[in-house]
Amino acid sequence: MTSRTTTGQATDRPRRAAPEQAAASTLADDQEAPFDQDRLPTPPGSSRALLASLLRPHSRRLWASALLVLLQQGAVQSGPLLVVVAIDTAVPALRGGDPVPLLSVAVAYLLTAVLAGGAQYAFVRQSGRVSQDVLLGLRTRIFRQLQDLSVDFHDRYTSGRVISRSTADVENLRGLVHNGLQDLVEIALSTLYISAVLLYLDWQLGVAALASTPVLVRLVRSLQRRSMRAYRRKSTATASVVVKLAETLNGIRTVRAFRRERANDAAFDVVNRRHELASGDASLEMTRYIVFSRLVADTAVAVLMLWSAYRVATGMLELGVLAGAVLYLRRLYDPIDRLGMLLNSYQAAAASLEKIAGLLLQRPGVPPPATPVELPVPRGPGPGRALVVEAASFAYRTGGEVLPRTDLALRPGSTVAVVGATGAGKSTLAKLLARFHDPTTGRVLLDGIDLRDLTDADLRRAVVIVAQEPFLFSGTVSDNIEIGRPGATREQVVRAAEAVGAHAFITALPDGYDTDLRARGGRISAGQRQLVSFARVLLADPAVLILDEATGSLDLPGERAVQYAMRTALHGRTAVVIAHRLSTAETADRVLVMADGRIVEDGAPADLVAAGGRFADMYRAWNESLR
Amino acid sequence: MTPTPALRRSAARTLLRLWPLIRPVRVHMITAVCAAVFATGASLTIPLVLKWMVDGPVSTGDLAGVWAGGAVLLLMGGAEAVLAGLRRWVLARPLARVEASFRALLHARLQRVPMAFHDRWSSGQLLSRVTSDLNQIRMFLSFPLMYLVVNGTTILGGYAILLAQRWTLGMVLLAPVVPLLVLCAVFESRYLVASLRAQDQSGDLATAVEESVLGIRIIKGFGRQRHQIDTLVGLAGRIRDTELDKARQLAVVRAASALLPELALGAALVIGVAQVAGGDLSAGTLVAFLTTALALRWPVESIGSLLAMGNEAAAATQRCFEVLDEPEEGEREPKPTAVTTTRTGPGELVFEGVEFRYPDALAGSPPVLRGVDLRVRAGETVAVVGATGCGKTTLTALVTRMHDPTGGRILLDGVDITDMPRERLRTEVAVAFEEATLFATTVADNVLLGGDGLGEADMWSALEVAQAAAFVAALPQGARTEVGERGSRLSGGQRQRLALSRAIIARPRYLVLDDFLSALDIRTEVLVEAALHDVLADTTALVIAHRPSTVLLADRVALLSGGRIAAVGTHRQLLRENTEYADLMGSGPQLRGGGDDR
Repeated sequence: MTSRTTTGQATDRPRRAAPEQAAASTLADDQEAPFDQDRLPTPPGSSRALLASLLRPHSRRLWASALLVLLQQGAVQSGPLLVVVAIDTAVPALRGGDPVPLLSVAVAYLLTAVLAGGAQYAFVRQSGRVSQDVLLGLRTRIFRQLQDLSVDFHDRYTSGRVISRSTADVENLRGLVHNGLQDLVEIALSTLYISAVLLYLDWQLGVAALASTPVLVRLVRSLQRRSMRAYRRKSTATASVVVKLAETLNGIRTVRAFRRERANDAAFDVVNRRHELASGDASLEMTRYIVFSRLVADTAVAVLMLWSAYRVATGMLELGVLAGAVLYLRRLYDPIDRLGMLLNSYQAAAASLEKIAGLLLQRPGVPPPATPVELPVPRGPGPGRALVVEAASFAYRTGGEVLPRTDLALRPGSTVAVVGATGAGKSTLAKLLARFHDPTTGRVLLDGIDLRDLTDADLRRAVVIVAQEPFLFSGTVSDNIEIGRPGATREQVVRAAEAVGAHAFITALPDGYDTDLRARGGRISAGQRQLVSFARVLLADPAVLILDEATGSLDLPGERAVQYAMRTALHGRTAVVIAHRLSTAETADRVLVMADGRIVEDGAPADLVAAGGRFADMYRAWNESLR
Repeated sequence: MTPTPALRRSAARTLLRLWPLIRPVRVHMITAVCAAVFATGASLTIPLVLKWMVDGPVSTGDLAGVWAGGAVLLLMGGAEAVLAGLRRWVLARPLARVEASFRALLHARLQRVPMAFHDRWSSGQLLSRVTSDLNQIRMFLSFPLMYLVVNGTTILGGYAILLAQRWTLGMVLLAPVVPLLVLCAVFESRYLVASLRAQDQSGDLATAVEESVLGIRIIKGFGRQRHQIDTLVGLAGRIRDTELDKARQLAVVRAASALLPELALGAALVIGVAQVAGGDLSAGTLVAFLTTALALRWPVESIGSLLAMGNEAAAATQRCFEVLDEPEEGEREPKPTAVTTTRTGPGELVFEGVEFRYPDALAGSPPVLRGVDLRVRAGETVAVVGATGCGKTTLTALVTRMHDPTGGRILLDGVDITDMPRERLRTEVAVAFEEATLFATTVADNVLLGGDGLGEADMWSALEVAQAAAFVAALPQGARTEVGERGSRLSGGQRQRLALSRAIIARPRYLVLDDFLSALDIRTEVLVEAALHDVLADTTALVIAHRPSTVLLADRVALLSGGRIAAVGTHRQLLRENTEYADLMGSGPQLRGGGDDR
């Protein structure tokens, strides 16, 4: 990141091609603020495609659910029929002393009631299962994708958006999958049934009634289009709310210390207001649809009624037929509201799915190998492995080289310190060695194998990088150390902590290793956090270890403990240490001094000091600071 | 991650707590209910008009009557459409406003609750409240609440009519009411609990998702993506299980509210038919009775779903009030004659027997600070040195009142800082932390938030001091460059330098710097320190230091050990006289040649 910004790479122009970006790019109506890439480019129809792919695995169960709705509707609709039967046949039969028809009606009614209740029960459970499986499937896809995407992607996209995508946006789909099927089936059923009855009773009336469909379809389409826009804005606004609040929560100390509360309230009001407007707009679109569709339907009923009256008057239609048809005529238009609501929840889901699809379409920064090569057993005498940078250079796609062509060979088991000013390219080198990025040209080899040919599992088992920020996850201290090796025993965890000198403070915590660190690392100091991160490394026990300024917050005793651990528990590992403090550099086998992306000095620390160059200068300055 | 086991209230009582927020839109709500009732009325009248037309004017060939009927139909249809629209229109903006004002309230409160609250709560839980929970409440207010009222009234009215028509048959139809009420009561309490659980779990998921992004470097660095995905999917799976549990309960209620009234209706049908056959009842009355009963079907059936949404909204409300019930950080009544001790004067920062233990510390555990006495004289810079985890950072948090001491006091200009409005205190004291928090905005915005009414010139001079001017100028858009989430586009050292610029830009009288140069390379550090010397000349400063180079900034050094200031003196003095200090500052045989195996 460092080198990226200081060497003049534009990283913050929203429309520029980023290191990884989906091939298709059709950004439509919404104007987005700079840096706001809430809506990643998606090809048209991607939300529908995503929905289809989510539902496909469950098609059988969806059909079963639909069948249950049909059963339930059948049972419910037969109630009135039974009433007719009872009055028309059971009453006279009973008067004639025959209780059988009444008993049959009673039994039939009981059966339909039980069937209706049972089908309802089965449907609610079944559709609950299906819809929850769909949501879980979608979440799983999002989570996989998040872990595949590069570190740089996440820096740009921000955690707030990711949270919004995997919670609020997924929940928007929930409304659709929970009730959508039932609505859809019932609407279709009612429309089909009533159209059929109308056509049967009087085909001319039926055809005329169906003639209003094109108008209604146009209304539906307009609702879809317009509410989609509102829901898109709403989903973006929700994400902005989350981003804004997440930032405030994560920086609450700074917010307080610099009295930003009121300024934050004002800034939050802006996004909150945007959300309010979008939310209101979506409701108003629905209102508009309801009013117009009702007007169309009611006008149609009135006109058809007048036409029918004319036909009765002219003898073209029998009065009896009209008497039967007229009530169905009205009921034909009953599902209009429900259709609107169904479409509404579909659009809300589609707007969210579109955002999710954009996220899922991003290509991972470092693709997995097509044909993985297995990593051989270490060739050297110790556990360390050789790391070779072969004519590698690195540039962001936006142009401008961050790391010019570099060659470097690290002997197995050697400790190499990398020093240089901020922005010299140290972190970029570390990222290439750990394959957070792939080099633009050339390659990086681990024991002779291109990193791109290794499976992620093999690579990470062999090469571990410890980043600058000692981030701790919520959970216990032990959980956090175990990230180094999931499933490690308590004894192994304790041994790792002891080796880095973290055992003493951990046991002093209220619950020792089982102390919950709560949100954002709780109350252990920055230095202690770095010790915990370092304990992870001991547990991971890699062949190659890259420390990217991972010891900055340690005090000198802490630093000594880490150095001691590196010489003992991690003895024989290949180590690349990026550090500001020369205490690490002076004990290394080899020092690389970097400036402007190039390695400008390379040699044993003592030789470099003797040669008198940049390192010698730094060394002198450091020595003075100690005096 | 929800720390407070919430008080159990009934759903209705919980929802009543929303009243102050709904009050401003009560007229709108009432209008909407009325519109809904009239719209229902209009849509029920239309079939009657149709029937009247067929039986009347159409059959008799009364042309005028037909046209009149058509006109009435159009009128009723128009009324229905307008009323249905009115019901939605009247609530669309106001309810969005209610949601937004509730959200603003939560946001404002979250910024002003004591810091201990934030130590307790994970951000995911708070985020999910501010988004999903509020959304759920708004949805409930816009539709289910109204229909609980409308359908409830319809049911009551319907049953009254049924009883009036034939009270014996009416009683038969009323029979399922008691079991249904019992079922609903049981359902309510259980469903509310399940809804709370589901929403808490989705808050936990939000937390885990946030961490998986903020910690992506660690996850990738250790190749733990698989493990992380499993964790997240596991959490999502828990939500699924809870939702399935909810679906199971809902299924029972919906099935029962379909089945029981239907059985009663069947019974009424059989009894009614028998009575008609026996001549006790006219067939017409039975038909009318059953028609009314069938019309009540949907309102009765809908109650289950409506209650479910009510319970979800109640759970959401409860979760939001868990935040709103947390009081804001109080200000003590400012004493007009603040105690000015003779011993301290303007520009001095004095700790007097300061004790501190975290509010959530285990009973019996020792306090973090147990009697810190330290005087930082006007214009003086004092470095605080101590082993990692000894409470140095806690000490700095007390100066800006992120927490208040549990014993003793801190005086600024001779005034106890707890007698000072926080706002003023934080204007006087500027801070820079080791973990430099930058906000996702431009460099300029981040630096300028250090003070009010500052301009470009102030910013550049502050950047000069922090040795940040050069790299800022080299950024693509200079000081207008966006720094990314938490400043992620910059290196740790760059972030720290911006945070330092922010702290010094307003030339505060007091400065608290917590290991603020840890990520800088040695050259830059030396330059920053040289420039800082001028700034610090007339500033009273407390500096937390880990290394000798930082200590050199200070006039005096205080060693914090065992919760107390164990020694005060100059760096050299302490190096000579205090072994703990000498060990911390790395002096001694270990320094050279790496012979530090202890």
